[in-house]
Amino acid sequence: MNADGDGRRGRAVPLCRMRGQVGSDTDMSNQVAFRDAPFQLRGSTFTMMVLKVSDPHNPNFFPVLSGKIAQAPNFFRNAGVVLDLDDLPAGMPFDMDAFCKLLKNLGLMAVGLLGGTKQQQDAALARGMALIAAPRGKVELFDPLAGTGRSPAQGLANVQGQGQPQAQAAPNPAPAPAPAPMPEPAPQRSAMVIAENVRSGRQIYAPGGDLVVIGSVSPGAELLADGSIHVYGALRGRALAGVSGDQGARIFCQSLDAELVSIAGLYRVSEDIGKDIRRRQVQIYLNNGYLHIDPLATNVA
Amino acid sequence: MAKIITMTSGKGGVGKTTSSAAFGTGLALRGFKTCIIDFDVGLRNLDLIMGCERRVVFDFINVINGEARLSQALIKDKRVENLYILPTSQTRDKDALTQEGVGKILDELKKEFDYILCDSPAGIEKGALMALYWADHAIIVTNPEVSSVRDSDRILGVIQAKSRRAEQGLEPVKEHLLVTRYDPDRVEKGEMLKVEDVLEILAIPLLGIIPESPAVLKASNVGMPVVLDDKSNAGLAYADAVGRFLGETIEHRFIKPEKKGFLDRLLRRTA
Repeated sequence: MNADGDGRRGRAVPLCRMRGQVGSDTDMSNQVAFRDAPFQLRGSTFTMMVLKVSDPHNPNFFPVLSGKIAQAPNFFRNAGVVLDLDDLPAGMPFDMDAFCKLLKNLGLMAVGLLGGTKQQQDAALARGMALIAAPRGKVELFDPLAGTGRSPAQGLANVQGQGQPQAQAAPNPAPAPAPAPMPEPAPQRSAMVIAENVRSGRQIYAPGGDLVVIGSVSPGAELLADGSIHVYGALRGRALAGVSGDQGARIFCQSLDAELVSIAGLYRVSEDIGKDIRRRQVQIYLNNGYLHIDPLATNVA
Repeated sequence: MAKIITMTSGKGGVGKTTSSAAFGTGLALRGFKTCIIDFDVGLRNLDLIMGCERRVVFDFINVINGEARLSQALIKDKRVENLYILPTSQTRDKDALTQEGVGKILDELKKEFDYILCDSPAGIEKGALMALYWADHAIIVTNPEVSSVRDSDRILGVIQAKSRRAEQGLEPVKEHLLVTRYDPDRVEKGEMLKVEDVLEILAIPLLGIIPESPAVLKASNVGMPVVLDDKSNAGLAYADAVGRFLGETIEHRFIKPEKKGFLDRLLRRTA
């Protein structure tokens, strides 16, 4: 999601977390039986709309929502939505049944509840909705740069160890009481793909995953990703991978001429990037707390 | 007592950033500890003109937002002692500036520096207002051309109405006029306004006249403030302007067309 914003946003919610849950890995007979089963049960990732409800009793709630839907009726027709009631003031009465019926009138299907209190979860289950564990860092994942004044530079720590105290991303907010019917799998990652040149002044953040740019990145542009960054073109701007602290994140580019590269807060500015690797295909990674910039093998020969 | 100087113009493209770089460097060359701040959020250029674009890590906006300390964002010039640059953000916009945030940073800088030079963006909107609000001095950069003069007149009005000194009824901001891109040949032909014409309209003290010079573009492209080029007329004119700002009486030069003859030129140079 880039900083320009986008009216229609979705968030990836791992809807099904069953992979590896049916039959234990050690139970061979069970696995064989499963292979012959007349169905396949697999995990898959969908982009779901999450409806974050903060004031359902506001008389404008449904008119405004209806207006939003009218902007893209085909997109919203019979679309499933996951309800997120975390912003509901504590103790505010919430009639799950009535609310979902009103949503239905607008053509939206409430299919699940994200987090929520015990009472809300019971109401959701009674309606046949699924309970969905709150993903990690849920609030930040949504639209991390809008209006919070938070800058990706918060993810930067000085190489000399003078990084500001809040250098690393703040710990995730306390997770909502998750129903957690199954153990949490490793976080799902999907790549954000930008198939154009990234101009000066543009800032693109790929929350929770990799960022792929098919094009060049101009000086003054900034790429950020929780995962790795791949640039199929010249990297002349800034690239910050692993901004939430993933030290395994890497940066790849076709031609390195970056203003700054950073992985998990360790950075190097353009001036400190050696001439020998400039304008070459490189990968940048962390090893033993050092930022390494290596030419890609194909370029060595 | 530290002084805040704002380099502003209203109109774009008249040479604010070039002048900020040259003037700030000139002050530092005179031994004053000087910091030049780029207020043009989203259109960052001062770092290029100062030749420090390869060393930018944190910026002015990071400091305003408390994401970095001032000492982390300040870039020390490698050529001139006492000279520091505070670059701005290229990815944010002017709304990232707040009066309080800017004021807090300027207060902090005042403890360390003799002069804080604010390189204003063009226009009379938020960015320009933030750059001029805290000013003690304003240097108005004007080209000898009618639209530039009108815009300068406008920005002078804004300074007189919206600066902190105006709001709080203090001694007004000291105004100085810097005429840039002055081409004596074209003035002679009547294609360009005379300095007298500009002064008649703006009616503020003349700090300097910077002649049009190929050295300016060259200096920008190699990231060297033109004042460091002591072979160029423009560089010398900026050095003179710094002297006048500091209270020296220096005659204006480079305002008459250069004589064409070789002998004349030789005589002028040695005179």
